[in-house]
Amino acid sequence: MDGNEGRVTDMGGVMEPFTVHTGTAVPLRAENVDTDQIIPARYLTTVTRQGLGEGLFADWRRNPDGSLREDFPLNQPRYQGATILIAGSNFGSGSSREHAPWAILDAGFRAVISSNFADIFYNNSLKNGLLPVVLEREQVEHLMDMVEEVPTLQITIDLEKQEVVLPDGQRFHFDIDEYRKRCLLQGLDDLGYLLSKEEAIAAYEQAHGL
Amino acid sequence: MPKTMFEKIWDAHVVTQEEGAPAVLYIDAHLIHEVTSPQAFTVLRERGLKVRRPDRTFATMDHAIPTRDLDISQWPPDAAKQVETLRRNCAEFGIPLYDIKGEQQGIVHVIGPELGITQPGMTIVCGDSHTSTHGAFGALAFGIGTSEVSHVLATQCLLQRKPRTYAINVEGRLGPGVTAKDIILAIIRQIGVGGGVGHVIEYRGPVIRSLSMEARMTICNMSIEAGARAGMIAPDETTFAYLKGRPFAPKGADWDRAVSRWRQLVTDEGAVFDKETTINVDGLAPMVTYGTNPGMAITVEERIPRPKDAATPDERRMLERALEYMGLKPGQPIEGQPIDYVFIGSCTNSRLEDLRMAASVVKGRKVAPGVTALVVPGSKQIKRQAEEEGLDRIFIEAGFQWRNPGCSMCLAMNEDKVPAGKYCASTSNRNFEGRQGKGARTLLMSPLMAAAAAVSGRVVDVREML
Ligand code: SF4
Repeated sequence: MDGNEGRVTDMGGVMEPFTVHTGTAVPLRAENVDTDQIIPARYLTTVTRQGLGEGLFADWRRNPDGSLREDFPLNQPRYQGATILIAGSNFGSGSSREHAPWAILDAGFRAVISSNFADIFYNNSLKNGLLPVVLEREQVEHLMDMVEEVPTLQITIDLEKQEVVLPDGQRFHFDIDEYRKRCLLQGLDDLGYLLSKEEAIAAYEQAHGL
Repeated sequence: MPKTMFEKIWDAHVVTQEEGAPAVLYIDAHLIHEVTSPQAFTVLRERGLKVRRPDRTFATMDHAIPTRDLDISQWPPDAAKQVETLRRNCAEFGIPLYDIKGEQQGIVHVIGPELGITQPGMTIVCGDSHTSTHGAFGALAFGIGTSEVSHVLATQCLLQRKPRTYAINVEGRLGPGVTAKDIILAIIRQIGVGGGVGHVIEYRGPVIRSLSMEARMTICNMSIEAGARAGMIAPDETTFAYLKGRPFAPKGADWDRAVSRWRQLVTDEGAVFDKETTINVDGLAPMVTYGTNPGMAITVEERIPRPKDAATPDERRMLERALEYMGLKPGQPIEGQPIDYVFIGSCTNSRLEDLRMAASVVKGRKVAPGVTALVVPGSKQIKRQAEEEGLDRIFIEAGFQWRNPGCSMCLAMNEDKVPAGKYCASTSNRNFEGRQGKGARTLLMSPLMAAAAAVSGRVVDVREML
């Protein structure tokens, strides 16, 4: 699978299903990465979703003079083409901007691995077919170490089995809400589901005099 | 079974829930603004859907708009485009818009309560994480993403898993010069920026009960900075007195019925929370942040922590990085730290009470040489009221800029930015890297402390100036 699969789908369209994904990863050794870092506010002045990959980690990627920072992992040649982002705990905290998962997807990623995610970011990701994978802190560390040693390491994320699988056979189980899993596997979005509940919603409004 | 306030509101709003699926939760009020809504309207258009309840949807413009008196033709084109897009969307879908051209525009979390849209027992959402502010009224209010904005527009409902509950008891007595902002910064310092993840916090205890609505909003506003889904405070006489007579508040017999219903919302005796924390504010001094998340806070009397004393290697790394970004030294006292900018504003601290507090310190003093200081009222109504009280004169005569309502320097989407490397004493809620402008260094504090910093040119203990 190549990174292009992670491109933001057309807005009203059906979300890209997520089944099994294999790709290389890039480690981002930082905790509490907030959405202002993932995409600074000045990139939010758009009325569409496309092209946000440009702003991904903009302030960490570049020096004040605009040149690329060589010490930033996403800039390093050895991690080019990565489709999995591995980050420290509490990833995606702060602002509710959905531009954060849009930017990550637009830059070619399909999954983010961390030991825990901020609530809104987690939800926003699932709604866009970006899989947030929660592993134990030690497992995240271990993955980062391995990827730093061997950047070409092929990591497989099997959503059906809820496993992260390494070429040497190591497997890490992760939890995910059953409903969310079904939606991701089938590329279903919440709006269709909610629209199918029209009768119940109307009945609720009537019963409550709304 | 005794229930918490959260559980009562949650249960009353579950429309339906299928086995294994999240609940379909009814939303009473949906607030929208120019930055996180355009793509949601695109979804409606593409699917040929209407806004289900335009009467429960309320729009304003706050994030991207300039706060100087400017004709829209002179605005930066992207901000103008977002505003024009919102106007078009509201007109097309029949949504009331509190436009910058009108008299009631303001920061979305300031005008909701001000207009009485925010009421106890409601579910309230907005494409903005600080929607938690509205929880101060005993509402379940939380931020959502743009996809969810489209869900609420189309169905007035959201798919939600039930969060866990978290009681934070605030005990003790608050000293003079110590405010709600100091309480919430002390709480976040104690429980950490991830301390509330997956939970809805209910703030309880004698200190909370004694606070004004403005102060309660400041506390609930920053619940998200502790990672919480929402923050809530049970409604009481203070809440009812604030709401009475506001444009959207019930009137006459409806009001009495509403109040008796609202009284039932409090957490029952014996109800169990998933988590509980107690914090005592006896002797609490004003708080200041020194790092790049709101949990990196100390009292003005303390010294900046040393990375070598950190409990874990991760914490050490984080602290080193934060201090490097902030240009601050381990072990340095925060008091005396020079500042270049002062921002009094944002949905955390831009209400009339905040401006009065700041003005009480500024009165008869001057902004220190070399300091750029802004006051950005939270709404047009607040601006008007402040001007009626003469607060604008106090600020202007001291050398502050008196701006029009908007998010402004809180998130640096417009021209109000702190230059790289400069220090800003700010009453907003986030001190993240680059939040107030690329390379900007933010020190979060209360309006009293920010006002004291403005006239001193450095971080000082405002209690010595009262
Ligand atoms: S004032 Fe700041 S925190 Fe509040 S809504 Fe505006 S940008 Fe968000």
